[in-house]
Amino acid sequence: MMATADLAMKKPVYLDYSATTPVDPRVVDAMIPFLREDFGNPASRSHAYGWKAEEAVEAARAHVADLVQCDPKEIIWTSGATESINLAVKGAAHFYKEKGRHIITVRTEHKATLDTCRELEREGFEVTYLDVKDNGLIDWDVLVAACRPDTILISVMYVNNEIGVIQDIPRIGEWCREKGIIFHVDSAQATGKVAINLQALKVDLMSFSAHKTYGPKGMGALFVRRKPRIRIEAQIHGGGHERGMRSGTLPTHQIVGMGEAFRLAKLEMAVENDRIRSLRDRLWKGLSEIEAVYLNGDLDHRVPHNLNVSFNFVEGESLLMGIKDVAVSSGSACTSASLEPSYVLRALGRSDELAHSSIRFSVGRFTTEQDIDFTVALLKEKVAKLREMSPLWEMFNDGIDLNTVQWAAH
Amino acid sequence: MAYSEKVIDHYEHPRNVGAFDKQEPDVGTGMVGAPACGDVMKLQIKVNKEGIIEDARFKTYGCGSAIASSSLVTEWVKGKTLEQAMTIRNTQIAEELALPPVKIHCSILAEDAIKAAIEDYKSKHGAETSERIKAA
Repeated sequence: MMATADLAMKKPVYLDYSATTPVDPRVVDAMIPFLREDFGNPASRSHAYGWKAEEAVEAARAHVADLVQCDPKEIIWTSGATESINLAVKGAAHFYKEKGRHIITVRTEHKATLDTCRELEREGFEVTYLDVKDNGLIDWDVLVAACRPDTILISVMYVNNEIGVIQDIPRIGEWCREKGIIFHVDSAQATGKVAINLQALKVDLMSFSAHKTYGPKGMGALFVRRKPRIRIEAQIHGGGHERGMRSGTLPTHQIVGMGEAFRLAKLEMAVENDRIRSLRDRLWKGLSEIEAVYLNGDLDHRVPHNLNVSFNFVEGESLLMGIKDVAVSSGSACTSASLEPSYVLRALGRSDELAHSSIRFSVGRFTTEQDIDFTVALLKEKVAKLREMSPLWEMFNDGIDLNTVQWAAH
Repeated sequence: MAYSEKVIDHYEHPRNVGAFDKQEPDVGTGMVGAPACGDVMKLQIKVNKEGIIEDARFKTYGCGSAIASSSLVTEWVKGKTLEQAMTIRNTQIAEELALPPVKIHCSILAEDAIKAAIEDYKSKHGAETSERIKAA
C-alpha cells in the first residue's frame, strides 16, 4: 500500500484521527469506478447503468449493517453524522410530539446533538442536559432522576469525541425500552472501535459517519429500527428516496466508500485495536513522565485511540504552535471560534486553566511507533520551554497556590 | 490559524524571557490577565537613576500572540523614559505583529502590563506608604 507508507513518515505526524481519518487506499480504489464508468443513478430502474449502481449501493448497505449487526433495511443513507443526528432527534421528536415533549441528552454531547436540541427547545420541546461525573461518564442516578412520564427521547453518544470515553449504552437501552422511551445513539466515534450489536442493544436510532472510520467525508447513515418499528418525520423532502425518510439522489461512490470502509473495519478491528491501544499506551507512558500532566476522562471506559492530556501551566494554543510537526487538537479557547475553553472538559469539572492546557491525541490505522516516540520527545522539549516562560509555572515552583491569587480577569 | 512571520519569530525566539527580583527598588512588576481566560502576562522593568528603563523581562502564559506581544514590548520599553513607555498603545503592538481581530486582546493585555509595571515602580518611589502588590 503506497499511500499508507507515504503517510507513515509524513510531517506533520497525524495524530488527529478523531477529527477525521484519511480514506483508506483500498476504499479509494473501490470508489473510483463509480466516479468513472459506473456513474449511473441507482434510482434508474430502466437500464444497466442504474442497475449496476443500485447493486453497489445495496452491497454497501449490507456491509454497514454487518458491522453493527442489523438488517440492511434498517440503514438510511445520509450526508454524515450531523445530518443523521438531526434526522433522528428532530424526526423522532416531531413524530412523537403528541406523546410528550421532554427530551434528555448530555452536556458532553457533540454540537450536532446539542444544537439540534436547542432548536427543538425553540419549537417548544423541553430538554434536560445531564451533567457527567468527573471521569466523563453518565451518573446513572442522575439519568434515572431526569426521566419523566412525558420523556419521549434520550440521545447519548457512544464514544465522546474529545475524551474518548464509552458510555454504558446497553444499560441505558434496557432502561429506555422498559420505560417506552426512544433511544438515539450517536456512534460517529464508535464504529471500528467498539463492537456494536444492534440485535442485542435496545437502541432505536443510531447515527454513523464514514469519515471517522477511513471512509469519505460527506457520507453517513442512520439506523432506524424496524422491530419494534420506530417512526421518524423526514427533514428533507423530494423524490422519496430511502423509503421517504431522506430524499435526494444517492451518491453511489460515497456510499460504496462507506460500505468498503465499514467492511474493512469489521474485518480488521480486533487486531487493529490491539495495535492502536499499545501505541496509545506508549504515548501516555512517555507523556506521563512530564511533571503536572493530567489525563482527562476515564482510562478504562475509553476507546484505545484517544488520549486527552492537560499540560498544566502551559496554554494549549502556544503548545500547538511549538509542536507544529504533530497534528493534534486542543481544548484551548484560542483554537476555537468561541472564546470559551472546551465545554466537555468544563463539564468534567476541570478548571478553566486545565481546559485551556489540554491536547487531544488520537491514534489511528497509519500511526507508527516512530510517530509516537517523535511526539513524546517533542512534547517534552516544548512543554519545558514554554514552562520556562510561564509565570504560572514560576509561581507554582515558588509554592504559591494559584487558586488563592486575586487575578485581574479580563 | 495562520500566524504572521513576526509572531512566529517572537514565539520561536522570545526576547528577554526571565525575571528580576521584584523586591529590588529599581524594579517594577506588572502582572495582568487570569489563567481562566487563557493568558497571564508578567512584565518587569528595571529603571535607572535618570528614570530610563534600561532593561525588561517577561514571562507569559498564553497563546503565541500573547507571547509575541509581551516579547515585543520588552524590546520597545528599553531606553524609554517612564512617560514615553506610558504612551505605547495596543494598536501599535497589534499593527506591528499583524494580529487578527480575535487576538487584539493580547495587545491590550501587553499595554496593560506595561502600565502595571510602571505603576508598581512609581508606587515604590512615590509616597512609600502602602506597598502595592500586583496580582501575586
